Amino acid sequence: MSMSKSHSQHPWIYRAIFDMGSSILHILRGLGKIYLFASHFFYWVWRPPYRLRLVFEQLFFIGNKSVFIIVLSGAFTGMVMAYQTYFGFKLINVDTLVGPVVAISLAKELAPVLSGLIVAGRAGAAMAAQIGTMKVTEQIDALEVMGINSFQYLAAPRIIAGTLALPMLSIIFLFVGCTGAYIVGTKALLIDEAIFYSKLGEFMYLEDLLQGTIKAFFFGFLISLIGTYFGFEVTEGAEGVGRGTNQAVVWGMICVLVLDYFLTSFLIRIL
Amino acid sequence: MSDGEVVIQFEGVTKKFGEHVILSNLNFEIYKNKITTILGFSGAGKSTLLKLILGLSLPSEGTIKVLGQDLAHLENLALREFRRNFGMVFQYAALFDAMTAYKNVEFPLKEFTELRPSERDHKVRHLLTSVGIDEFGMRKLPSELSGGMRKRVGLARALALSPAIMLYDEPTTGLDPITSKMVNDLIVDTAEAHKDRGLTSVIISHDIKATLKISDFIAFLDRGRIVEYLPAKDFVNSDHPLVQEFVHL
Ligand SMILES: Nc1ncnc2c1ncn2[C@@H]1O[C@H](COP(=O)(O)OP(=O)(O)O)[C@@H](O)[C@H]1O
Ligand SMILES: [Mg+2]
Repeated sequence: MSMSKSHSQHPWIYRAIFDMGSSILHILRGLGKIYLFASHFFYWVWRPPYRLRLVFEQLFFIGNKSVFIIVLSGAFTGMVMAYQTYFGFKLINVDTLVGPVVAISLAKELAPVLSGLIVAGRAGAAMAAQIGTMKVTEQIDALEVMGINSFQYLAAPRIIAGTLALPMLSIIFLFVGCTGAYIVGTKALLIDEAIFYSKLGEFMYLEDLLQGTIKAFFFGFLISLIGTYFGFEVTEGAEGVGRGTNQAVVWGMICVLVLDYFLTSFLIRIL
Repeated sequence: MSDGEVVIQFEGVTKKFGEHVILSNLNFEIYKNKITTILGFSGAGKSTLLKLILGLSLPSEGTIKVLGQDLAHLENLALREFRRNFGMVFQYAALFDAMTAYKNVEFPLKEFTELRPSERDHKVRHLLTSVGIDEFGMRKLPSELSGGMRKRVGLARALALSPAIMLYDEPTTGLDPITSKMVNDLIVDTAEAHKDRGLTSVIISHDIKATLKISDFIAFLDRGRIVEYLPAKDFVNSDHPLVQEFVHL
């Protein structure tokens, strides 16, 4: 009480700096806790009991939640990209390159990033909501009382499944996107089918696919780590669960975008 | 009050959260084969005490021995295994919401026993029918069960591994009078049914009426101290002012 009073008596610039400082501290503390959470994961994931069935359940769950939206977004992304590049490229008479340009953008950036955003919004949110609900209804205590390590039982399978699921979803996104671009390119924009194919083979390399898949792998890990983390962080009531879910989505998405930059700058050098 | 074998022993136990002393210098014993209730207003420290018994948190000072074992001396894995001596019935049952009643009860058996599927099935059905859940109820999800039914399933799940100690966290809080009576009867029936193997029951409660009816011993917890601990029949006659206030509420 007394602190907030003296706080409001200071000039605005002081308050602005103070608030900024405390939010930075808040974020740093969060980062520290997530780091600990992640090291927990690497500690427990190697230790029995191995719950493969739970990993498969989660894989199925994530796929079920996201595949439809991934296919839909992939198709339209590929189609619109074909249009956009076509009219630009036609000006300089390289419209036959539409195929590889769209495919490479999809493979390296759009498929992993957009799939990541979708999975953060669907599966990441669901993880936080499920675990948060289990926390506030004492289901996690029930596990612990039985002697089951709730982290190993709830978080580890979700993180493993998320890490494996996103590369697969990203590849589906890429495949559907390329199909969309192919249909628009050859049927609506009348690029010759044979040329579309041969240019694709000429300019597209395995590295492009690899780069996107590696990214998706890291995004999947981070999204499910963040989703489960905010689930376990929930402390009070239904609003707590809502807040945790929301934070899982926001931070999941931000992390995908930020990590994408760093992974790109790193992978471009080594691949 | 030295009758019977000691199952849980508190010796100079203090629990602090930072500067806050939540439980201070507790010295008491809980006896085998008895129903002991820890009674207190909300905020008295009952849940904290329960967590200490379970080894979910450690005392700041003093020792807690359960079945002769000092919990602070067990390392992580051993402590987890040790917890199977407890069956815990949560206030709102805490059933796993993605599993049916049947699966909830099957869960601990599947995790911790080597029973063959047919034996396990038999045991699950036996546990559930003994708390009054029929074939139809077994297939329901927790969200499709009433509060009383959930409590029954929670009790069956807690009994699955034949624990030595049953813990009940506010078993009647928030239930209607009829369901409360049903739950209290279940607690007594369970204690009776497992008497021959020495089941000890510990209840955390602020429901004085039910406590007087079903307990063998009552401990009164006030602001982190046990201010009275008596056999239930003597409890109403305590001359402690707070106890009197509570009894005549
Ligand atoms: N993890 C914790 N950190 C800090 N204070 C706590 C914690 N758990 C409980 N307390 C405090 O301990 C006191 C007793 O809480 P609790 O054991 O839940 O009481 P009861 O179950 O009897 O209502 C309360 O004042 C509560 O705020
Ligand atoms: Mg409590």
